[in-house]
Amino acid sequence: MSDTAPTPDQHDSAKETRGTRVDDDTVLAPDTEATPDTSVDISVDEVADLPKGKMLEVEDVTLRFGGVTALDGVSFHINTGEILGLIGPNGAGKTTCFNVMTGVYQPTSGGVRFMGEPLGKRQKFQITKLGIARTFQNIRLFHNMTALENVLVGADAHHSTGMFSALLRLPKHHAEESEGMDRAYELLKFMGLDKRADELARNLPYGDQRRLEIARALATNPKLLCLDEPAAGFNPAEKARLMELIQSIRDQGYTVLLIEHDMKLVMGVTDRIVVLEFGKKIAEGLPAEIQDNPAVIAAYLGVDEDAS
Amino acid sequence: MNAVSSFFHGIGDRFRALPRWAKIVLAIAAAVIVYLLPIINPPLITTTDSDFGAVLFLCALYALVAIGLNIVIGYAGLLDLGYIGFFAIGAFTVGILGSNHAKLPLLLCIPIAMVVTLVSGIVLGAPTLRVRGDYLAIVTLGFGEIVRLILVNADSLTGGSRGISNIPTPPDLDLFGIPHLVWDGFVAKVDLSNQTRFLQFGVTDSIPYYWLALTLVFIVLFLDWRMQNSRVGRAWEATREDEDAAELMGVPTFRFKLLAFATGAAIGGLSGALFATKQQFINPDNFTILYSVLFVAMVVVGGQGNRWGVVVAAALLTWAPEKFRFLADARFLLFGLALMALAIFRPQGLMPPRRSVRAKKAAEQEPDQLDVEGAARV
Repeated sequence: MSDTAPTPDQHDSAKETRGTRVDDDTVLAPDTEATPDTSVDISVDEVADLPKGKMLEVEDVTLRFGGVTALDGVSFHINTGEILGLIGPNGAGKTTCFNVMTGVYQPTSGGVRFMGEPLGKRQKFQITKLGIARTFQNIRLFHNMTALENVLVGADAHHSTGMFSALLRLPKHHAEESEGMDRAYELLKFMGLDKRADELARNLPYGDQRRLEIARALATNPKLLCLDEPAAGFNPAEKARLMELIQSIRDQGYTVLLIEHDMKLVMGVTDRIVVLEFGKKIAEGLPAEIQDNPAVIAAYLGVDEDAS
Repeated sequence: MNAVSSFFHGIGDRFRALPRWAKIVLAIAAAVIVYLLPIINPPLITTTDSDFGAVLFLCALYALVAIGLNIVIGYAGLLDLGYIGFFAIGAFTVGILGSNHAKLPLLLCIPIAMVVTLVSGIVLGAPTLRVRGDYLAIVTLGFGEIVRLILVNADSLTGGSRGISNIPTPPDLDLFGIPHLVWDGFVAKVDLSNQTRFLQFGVTDSIPYYWLALTLVFIVLFLDWRMQNSRVGRAWEATREDEDAAELMGVPTFRFKLLAFATGAAIGGLSGALFATKQQFINPDNFTILYSVLFVAMVVVGGQGNRWGVVVAAALLTWAPEKFRFLADARFLLFGLALMALAIFRPQGLMPPRRSVRAKKAAEQEPDQLDVEGAARV
């Protein structure tokens, strides 16, 4: 039975592929390359209609862990509708910066403003509800849940069904379930994962897991989507495809913050770039400007001490 | 090793594949058989050395406990080693309000007992659910012991180690008698001299209590299913899988952990109340830490997160020691060996949960593809 052609009983055939069980839950995933369908409309009105201007402002953020200064007076902003690249060598503080923006760490001094409002001491889930969603450098899916359920959890961020609505199956439960289901399928289709909706996240191929993380983050209807090295571990061709995907996410009205340390890649997709090194911002500007910035070149290639 | 779970999953799959009416008929037939088990007294299954009705009551009671604990351990991933504490609070609430300090009717005592355990679950959970994993296990282990020690020492309230007697029974209906079957080898005979009154809750006949417990098991299973198949269940599982990631995906994990803990506690309290009314006498010795361990064993053996698995495991772990009573003390040795063998060869439990197929959308989109494909074949 082929997995590529949609067969009349696609659904049953999907079950049959599960027949090749190695262990109880381990399913040999068929080796088909998932093809994202970027024509699917995944835009959300509340996100697409945002006013232009500064969406997120990082204001003079300093973060110290004991004696180590992870971030040192970092300031930059993200405009609505752009792809901002956050780059820098290993250990520059890119992920730490992400963690401050998503409420994982409280900055020692300085602060973050989102849509003009300081994030303050908001908890992580509250920040997500405000509209900042992220992916992780090391994949952190809910591994024993299906791909679909992973995305549903993301969609639940803007739902409010509680114990009583669920127990009594109130109309709210049904409305939110079907809204979440629609949204999840839309996103899975967009990411090219709809055929794998029922597979456990941990059984998905690596690339699909990365894309599933993005789908899960998008399901929260984020105004700002933060991607932490989404192309880590990809080969150049896969990276290029992912960058196209990220651009089409932006084209649907989302604002994207992208961490990546592959310079060449970032140059192609981003509108502006911020460069960090040792917790400090060393440059900010258009990709072309960054490319020729001596400080950036020095940070990436190192300066020959004898030369100067 | 896969034989066990593919057997159970095979049953599940075949059941799900049936048309709706067949499902209903089969489910009702199965339920009727389960209800009539103590009347039928099936040979091989029935316990010869102890009252079969009483054994079945314990099976249903512990199934209820296991469903409650499964919410805490299986869904939300919180290792609770002090579940007996909630069980004890439920039992003693009924004892205190129904016999010791007031004479409230049982049907009023049970909801109160559930509310009291729910609140005690929140009181225990609110400060302790901030710690994770092993630390939570230690805190809850302590909680179970604290409850028992309070029961022993709060003499004026709980009667101390003397316990509480004369706990009220459920109201009787007493409509008709149901004769039991007796088996001569494999030939059944109706024994008119031995009848169970429907429904008379007394000391001599455990069967009405079994029916009551079984009914509660079915109700709680249904509610459990509704909880799990909703935003609440997903939030629990996401929290279990990766708490930080869940939080960053907008799940208020603390609130949901507390909800799981409180729900589990309330079901524990309900079971405790049921235990108290059946025994009509309770004392703190009924609630030792060993039971907590046994309850966790039921959930683990059944397959954490699978409600049918934990029900089967609870019944099995309760029934087996009674069935093999003739082995005397050796049965505990065998019981321990069986648990060890299971831990080594099947750590995921007898019936680990399997993700159900929920791709309704894809199924709906199939028809047009079906037409295209069908036409192509012709």
